[in-house]
Order: sequence, then structure tokens, then C-alpha cells
Amino acid sequence: MTTNTTEQGQTPAAPAGQTVLDARGVTMRFGGLTAVRSVDLTVNSGEIVGLIGPNGAGKTTFFNCLTGLYIPTEGEVRYKGDILPAKSFKVTAAGIARTFQNIRLFANMTVLENVLVGRHTRTKEGLWSALLRGPGFHKAEAASKARAMELLEFVGLADKAEHLSRNLPYGEQRKLEIARALASEPGLLLLDEPTAGMNPQETRATEELVFAIRDMGIAVLVIEHDMRFIFNLCDRVAVLVQGEKLVEGSSETVQQDDRVIAAYLGEPFEENKS
Amino acid sequence: MNTHTTTNDNAPHKEKPPTGLIPIPTTTARALATGGGALTIISAFLAWTWTAAFPGDLTVYGYPGGLQWLVLITGALTTLLGLASYDIKGIRAITPGNADAALKYAALAAFGTAWYTILAISTHLGGLANLEPGGWITAIATLTALTGALALPYPRPRTYPVDPEDTSWEQFKHRTRNGMTVLKGAFAAETPPTPRKLNSYLEILIIITALATGLLVFTYGIGTEYDELFIGFLISVGLGFAALAKAGIVAQISVYTARHRNITLIGAFLAAAAFPFTQSDDQYATIGVYILIFATVALGLNIVVGLAGLLDLGYVAFLGVGAYAASMVSGSPSSPFDIHLPFWAAILVGAAASLIFGVLIGAPTLRLRGDYLAIVTLGFGEIFRLVAMNSDGASGPDITNGSNGISSIPNLKILGFDFGIEHSIAGFTIGRFANYFFLMLLITLVVVLVFRRSGDSRIGRAWVAIREDETAALAMGINGFRVKLIAFALGAALAGLAGTVQAHVTYTVTPEQYQFANTVPPNSAFLLAAVVLGGMGTISGPLVGAALLYLIPNKLAFLGDYQLFAFGLALALLMRFRPEGLIPNRRRQLEFHEAELAPGETPPPAVLSKTGA
Repeated sequence: MTTNTTEQGQTPAAPAGQTVLDARGVTMRFGGLTAVRSVDLTVNSGEIVGLIGPNGAGKTTFFNCLTGLYIPTEGEVRYKGDILPAKSFKVTAAGIARTFQNIRLFANMTVLENVLVGRHTRTKEGLWSALLRGPGFHKAEAASKARAMELLEFVGLADKAEHLSRNLPYGEQRKLEIARALASEPGLLLLDEPTAGMNPQETRATEELVFAIRDMGIAVLVIEHDMRFIFNLCDRVAVLVQGEKLVEGSSETVQQDDRVIAAYLGEPFEENKS
Repeated sequence: MNTHTTTNDNAPHKEKPPTGLIPIPTTTARALATGGGALTIISAFLAWTWTAAFPGDLTVYGYPGGLQWLVLITGALTTLLGLASYDIKGIRAITPGNADAALKYAALAAFGTAWYTILAISTHLGGLANLEPGGWITAIATLTALTGALALPYPRPRTYPVDPEDTSWEQFKHRTRNGMTVLKGAFAAETPPTPRKLNSYLEILIIITALATGLLVFTYGIGTEYDELFIGFLISVGLGFAALAKAGIVAQISVYTARHRNITLIGAFLAAAAFPFTQSDDQYATIGVYILIFATVALGLNIVVGLAGLLDLGYVAFLGVGAYAASMVSGSPSSPFDIHLPFWAAILVGAAASLIFGVLIGAPTLRLRGDYLAIVTLGFGEIFRLVAMNSDGASGPDITNGSNGISSIPNLKILGFDFGIEHSIAGFTIGRFANYFFLMLLITLVVVLVFRRSGDSRIGRAWVAIREDETAALAMGINGFRVKLIAFALGAALAGLAGTVQAHVTYTVTPEQYQFANTVPPNSAFLLAAVVLGGMGTISGPLVGAALLYLIPNKLAFLGDYQLFAFGLALALLMRFRPEGLIPNRRRQLEFHEAELAPGETPPPAVLSKTGA
């Protein structure tokens, strides 16, 4: 796995330079509580960026600020140069797709239908078209279904297209959530703890999947607690502690940073230090 | 019945050989069930009582009447299923599911109908002495069939032994639970295998047969002339349908209908259109047209509730808006506007008025979710009624003529066809209500098509996604508010369509027709009940639900003041035992029964919590 990373690092596919996501001074306050304090973060195209931090550090809150579920109290978020709209469905239309920390699939829809819902922003057919069923409707439905099946093929769920999504095993539900997010043809994919609850094999498979997504030209921002996963995967890692960005840098830099270790494991005793 | 189960309770669970509920050898039991069924058929031709005072005239030898027909049919079903359970080639094919479980239900249907009749005769005429030997033979024959059927062996469900350290009350509860499990197991049937593909003409023939049977049963039910016959009809049809379901026939037909959806739709439409031709006068066509109005509005509500998941408790207001709008442009003398639009224009006015009203109510309220939405829509429904009541020129502007409503709405005339007079088509007399029945049927067809097409499209998927998880749907790029507003407005417009016809059928439109709860459907509570009872998110569900909810109170007039009470009780029981509705959506059925254990299993006793006490 590590070899894979270093290889990717050397190939020209690495940071192409164009800034996809640019968050500046994002602050989120809930009443007196400041959950996220003035965080800057950029994601460039072709990059996988990790966001780590102890529980309650404000990672998911920060994610919600990026996807329009929360409107940041201060600061601004730009996607490819434009300030993001304040509604989450508009953010998706702009090109940012996300998954959820606790899986939020449409449980009583089939696997295929879940992905088709993800295509919503990229299709136009309204009520009239559905009622009149002209040739355009059938063409668009067929195209959507073909694209959705491609995505299911990509994540390896094509043979379960007609299953109800609630009946999938846990790991496959996570994959389906990723396929559904990809269906909206995003330029940036936000993954909120994609390997939570997975066994080592599944985690490795997810790693491969994320690399494959990056190779499709989609930038990825990922929150995770599994350090091995993060350090294998990411070109850059940012550490969030108590709502503030502590360090940002390559995997090695972050791994060796004393402050990060302190944040996770606590400060060593004074007497040991001296 | 459960004695031998309880005695074994303290022994550890062993795979018991399959036995029946009643200890009779299997071969004898099967012969009893089948023979009992055959004897039931014969006994239906005998005289059951001596006087024609009991309705239906059950005194004639050789010619069954009234309830005897029902017993005859259920007896025939029992015999047929009994023969099928012998694995006789040819007959076996009619029970792809579990023939034994089906036989139990069929025998129960015959028993229930026959014994109900006998008890009804005795109470009606005052004593068992009023029974002729024929009646006694029927009673014995059906009892024999039921005994035989219950003695058929079935795989015992797993039960858990009683904890001897429990209090006697806990032990009693546990034994009861085990007994219930064993009893339920007797009537359980595994899901039948997916039927193999037949010749498609044969499949279509089966669909047509099923639809024709449906029409026949419905026509019979609507035409039942006295309470006893209708109750007997309900017993026979309910248990008989359960028997067919256990036999796997229902599942098989639904696979075929799913394969030929358009043919099924056309066939169902034709079967419904054939209904007025089976009637000699307009008496039951009246019920037919009211059922159709009710069912159409319920189907419209199913878009809002079943697909988009928006609980609307004021839906009947949209029917009212459509009816008022149509009545005002109908040329009625009490309408404030002196205009008489042709029907096509009136129906557009009605639908458009409801649509606008739907958008006006939806825009502010759809920002709420769940219970709050339900409360607010309930409020708006009442506001509509009160506004209509007060716009009488005295306490408000003179628009709706207050509580008198808009009366003497003229009959429709489309292309020279006067809906108000009788017509003769191919020797059949088609009366006023039958005319409207055909018109309403067309509107129902439109609503069915709208439901089907919108449900299976981008917008329909968006509705279901919103219902499933609104936050995730928004994150997938669905403009939740817009999509919900479309569902709300579409539902309103469809109710408005039905309203335009309703105004002409009833002659008069008054505010009191559009209440939240009333004894006469359609009202918001009954509409919602029809959707929930029938099955949310399906097409046939609300249609069946509406037909039952209209027909049952209409036929059981003797319930009188207890109608609403019985209705509430029936709903509560249904929600306890079949929360997904009579005709469940495949998805919802999974949703509700996911947590249940495998059929016929008791939950393991919670030992830890008890010993802790």
C-alpha cells in the first residue's frame, strides 16, 4: 500500500496546481461555543487531502460548512473560484459531493435507484416530461441508468443493483454511498470516515477505491480516524484540534509533529521532559 | 388446544415430528377435511330453515339461496384445496404455495360462514328449533372439515421452555406466548417459489380471469341486500382470500400482472366499466360513482403521503376547491358568476383552482417537517371550510353562498350527451349515476396514469428520497422544497379534477361536505385511512381501501352510532397486525417486518432481566 502512495507521489498525476477548494478563515459558532475557529484549507485538483483530529475536534462541523449544511459564521469557502451557495443542494450542483459519517442511504430504495437519485442534479427531466413520456424522457432515463450501472460496476456492486440498499452488508453500504456521491459528477468528493467499522481487508479495498477516484480527476478530502489509512492515502494531512488547525503538511511531517502526538496522547510529564 | 404443548414446555427443545393441532392420523384428517368440504357442497342444496322469514329464502330443496351460495362456494374451495393437498396431478398445480395452510383457511371460511348463518337464523327466528335437518348437516359438515384441516400436520415452530424459577404469572405469560406461536405456525406458509414463465397468452388469460372474478365479487358485495348476507360475504371473502394467498395463487397472479402491467391496467379499467352493465337500475351505480370519487382522491393523496411522505390532514379541502370552482362556472343559479362553461373548461378551472390553492398552502407549510406539517395542513383544511361557510354576503364577501352552498348544479352535457337522463346502450339501460360513473372512471384512469408515470421517474425518485432521508436527499442535489411543492400541487390538482365531477354528481356543494372527520367519506380522516389501510405508495391499495371504507359503513347501517367506533377499532387492529396495509408496497413490507423473527418463532426469554429482579 505504501509503495502505491510513493509511486503516485512521483508520477506527474500529482498536484496539478489548480485550486479546487479554498476555505479561508472558516469559523462556526453555535451560541457561545466555537466549534471551528478560523480554519484555512485548500485542496488542489488531483490531490487527496486528509483531515484528522481527536473526537470533537470539529471535523464534521467543518465538513458541514463546506457542503452548505451549515453556513459559516465567519470566513468564506470558494469552489473553483466561486463562493459556495448557502444551500446544500446548490453546493452539490456546483460540484461538491459528500458521504456521511453515519451512513445515510435511502434505505428502502434499490441500489440502482440510490445512484439514480445521485444523478438528480445532472438531469433535467421535470414532471411534464415524466407525465408525457416523450422520446427525450426515455433517452434521458436510459442514459442515467447506463451511467449509474457504470458507477456500480466501478465500486463493484453491479450484481446487486436490484437489492434494497438496507439489505447490503455494511461495507457495501459505504461503497454505495460513494457511488451515489460520484453520480453527481463532482469535482471534489468529501468522505466522512469512509472506513469506520470496517475490517482491515475492507479498509484496504476502500483505499484502492479512493485512489481510483483520484485517478478519475476528482479531488478528495477525507476525514478518518484510521491513521494507517490516512498516512497511506493522503498527499497532505491537516490536523484539527479543538476547532483550530494545528498542523498541515505531508504524512511524515504530521506523524512526527510533537503537538499532534500531544493532542492525541496527551502531554508527557514535566519531569520526564527535563 | 395447546395442552400437549404446555406439558412439553419444561423439556429441552427437540425437533418434534410434525403433528396437527388435533391428534388425528394424517390420512383420516385429510379425508375428513376433503369429505367435509364435499358434504358442505351437498348440504347447501338442502333446506336450512322452515320459514322464508329469514332473508334469502333458505327453505328450498335443490336450489341454494343467499348465504347458502357463499357456503357452497367456500365448501367447493375447501374440497378443491383438499384434493390438491393429495398431490393429485393437475389439481396440485393450483396450489404452488402451501396446500395444507390454504386448506385450513378455506375450511375456516366455510365453517365461519355456515355457523354464522346458523346462529343468525337462530337469533333471528328465536331458537335452534327453527333449523331444518339441512342446517344441522351443514353445521356438522363444516365442523368436520375444519377439524380435519386443523389435524393436518405442520412443522412445529420453535418454542422456548419455561423458566421454573419464574413467578407463576410470568410462566403463564410464557406458556400463552408459546401457545400463540404454535397456533400461528399452523396457519403459516412459506413464500411460494417464483412461478415459472408461462405462455404469455395463458398469463393474460389468467389475469383476465382474476379481474373477472374481482368484478364478480365486487358486484356481489355491492348488491348484497341485507346485513346478514353482507357479513357472510365479508367472512367468506376475507378468509377465502387468505386461503388463496396461502395457496400461493395471489403471489402468482401478482407476478403475472407485474409482467403485463398495461394489459392489467386496461383489463381492470374494462372490468370496472362493465360494472354498470351488470346492474338493472341506478341504485348501486350511485355507490359505484361515490366509491370512484373517494378512491380517486385517495390515490391523489397517495402521491403526497405515500410517495413524498408529506402527511396532509387537510386534503379534502382540495376536493372542495375543485368542486366549488366547477360549480361556480356551471351556470348554477346560486353561483355568484353568471357563466356556464363547457365541461372541458370547467374541469380545467377546477384543477387549476386546486393547483393554485395547493401552491398557496404548500409554500408556507412545506418548510415544516413531520408532525408539524400534519397539524398545519389540518388547520388549513378547516380554514377552507370556515371560509366557505362565512363567505355568504353577511359575515364575508358573497362568494360561496354560505352554509346553503351552491345548489341546483345542472347536469353535464358533453358533445350532446346529457348526463342527467337515461340512455340505452345495446339493450342496457344506463342511468344518470352510471353516466357519471363512466366519466369518473376516465378521471380515475388519468390519476392512475399520473401516479404511475410520475412515480417511476426522476421526480418520483426524488420524492421517495425526500421521504427516506431529507438531509441526504438535499446533499444529493435535490431541491427539497421545490420537489415537495410539486408533489403537493400535483396532489391538489388531481383532487380538484375529482371535485369537478363530484359537484355535478351531488347537485349541491356545501362546506359541510369537506370536513376533517365525518361519518360519510370522503373526508380527510377517511382519505388518509384509505391510503394507510390499502397500502401506501401503491396504486391498487388506495382503490381497494377506499372501496372497503365506503362499502362497509354503507352496508352495515345497523352499526348506527357505533360506526366511527368500529372504524377506529378496525384501524387499530389492522395497524397492529398488518401495518403495511392490505396491499403492501414491496418496500414498506420489508421495512415493517424486518425486525420480526422468522415466521412462527417466539423471542427467546429475557433471562437476565428477570433474574436481576
